[in-house]
Amino acid sequence: MNDSVIEARNFRKTYGDFVAVDDISFDVKQGEIFGLLGPNGAGKTSTLESLEGLRAPDGGTLRVADVDPTREPRKLRNLIGVQLQSSGLPESITPDEAMKFFCAYHSVAPRFDLLERLGLNEKRKAQFHELSTGQQRRLSLALAVAHNPPVLFLDEPTAGLDVASRVELHDLMHELQVTGATIILATHDMAEAEEMSDRVAILLKGKLATTGTPMEITAAGAGLTKVSVRTAESSLSDPGLTFPAVSQQASQDEYSIYFSTDIGPTVSAIIAHIEVQEDTLIDLRVERPSLEDRFLEITSTESSNTGGAP
Amino acid sequence: MSAFVTHFSFEFRTGVRNKTLLLMNYLFPLGFYLMMGFVMPAINPLFLASLIPAMVVFAILAATLLGIPDPLVNARETGIFRSYKINGVPASSILIIPALTTMLHLVIVTVIITATAPLLFGAPLPENWPNYVLVFAALAIACSGLGVLIGVISSSTRMTVLWSQLVFIPSMLLGGLMIPYNMLPDAVAKISQLLPATHAMNAFSALAMGREADFAPWGSVILLLFSGALAFVLAIYLFSWDSRNATRRGHPLLGLLVLVPYAAGILLLA
Repeated sequence: MNDSVIEARNFRKTYGDFVAVDDISFDVKQGEIFGLLGPNGAGKTSTLESLEGLRAPDGGTLRVADVDPTREPRKLRNLIGVQLQSSGLPESITPDEAMKFFCAYHSVAPRFDLLERLGLNEKRKAQFHELSTGQQRRLSLALAVAHNPPVLFLDEPTAGLDVASRVELHDLMHELQVTGATIILATHDMAEAEEMSDRVAILLKGKLATTGTPMEITAAGAGLTKVSVRTAESSLSDPGLTFPAVSQQASQDEYSIYFSTDIGPTVSAIIAHIEVQEDTLIDLRVERPSLEDRFLEITSTESSNTGGAP
Repeated sequence: MSAFVTHFSFEFRTGVRNKTLLLMNYLFPLGFYLMMGFVMPAINPLFLASLIPAMVVFAILAATLLGIPDPLVNARETGIFRSYKINGVPASSILIIPALTTMLHLVIVTVIITATAPLLFGAPLPENWPNYVLVFAALAIACSGLGVLIGVISSSTRMTVLWSQLVFIPSMLLGGLMIPYNMLPDAVAKISQLLPATHAMNAFSALAMGREADFAPWGSVILLLFSGALAFVLAIYLFSWDSRNATRRGHPLLGLLVLVPYAAGILLLA
């Protein structure tokens, strides 16, 4: 059984001679939070806008909740919610009016509770231009989810939000996911993508560089695991010491730091050395490569591969 | 229906809340009316006879040609239409509802002018009220359509000013508001028939104010209604949701087709 809610097959989008998205394919399953990552100009916005029915593909096929976004735009409207990157609202509209306005076009009752939930209760009568950037984004999110769409597109949802709003937004995303909503999250914030996404796709120059769970993507890289160790007698301070699988080492703030290609033998050897030296271990930290490290690795590899290209 | 009412109600409030629209819908027309009412009859007593229709025509020109296009261009530029499209707001509502709310503001301004002009300046009231309402509606439809069309085909607010003034200034000078049609040289008078204001003044004078027509007055009414409908059809056809998306169904200059009925009027109305 095919439980994909979003399908892109050989999707291509061009603007004149410029190829913005070049033959990409991916699926998003029901209830997934799917991160769409990539540097500026990678093709994220073209992909999102085509899935949202704002642009027509120049090749391949797209399906969203079993609907062709280009051919069946009316059906699509009640199936998707979109938090746009730009404001997308008239300057003089109030949150109350905006909620009534969009809910009326979706034929649902206004969800004023969402305004309260997202901290906009005191601003319900304020005009849109009087709201802060964070409040505008929260309003945009409230409007996107007000008609309970099964598919939600969030474009940089936490840009400009304070920590509390960000946490509230992440909680809301998880709640929506529990109810079965599928969420496409386009973001530059790698920590957010790693924390929130079940799977991510990294786009580079219009091509799909990689896709998978954050764990799969970070594990596939050549990234080094960072091991930071602090002991009572500083028995690791000798710069001549070597440990298995360590390719680089450094020291900082009483910590000896090792970058390992194989964490098991490295940590075992370090602990054995501390015991032999009759020293005492105070702190040991192991940091796996993050999605951001892997993203930088992929983008730098791509840049060096195409460095000579016109 | 609920969506239409909600949208209409928001747009109507915007017409008062937005300072530019408040200026174009109320302050500018009413300020100009008071100024003209006090100044012009002293210079030219004959002007009093056409004070009410002239100031109603001016109010319609200001609110529609100067008030309607800019918000449409701004909404397209700032992604508001993209947001509307995603949420299922139809293009026809985006274009027709601001025109309808502007007409409602114009009804209020017209009532103020019509009610106060006899009291303040001794201006004569219309003799035929149904025709007065009909000509008002015909001009409001024609100019609203033109305003919407200008908003749709303008690539920026600078272009909006250019297109709007291309109609507004000649209308003020040649449309019969300041200088009667029969005082214009023949060639200029013919050219002035390209302007909705000329037809409105002709129709107001003959059908509502009980004065002589310069040319076929019912032809003017039909022409205004037809050109208004054509302007809305062209605007919906040429509408673009997104300034970044260059795909349009036709070249913006197709909007000039709205002049065809007026050009035909020069040949057909005598």
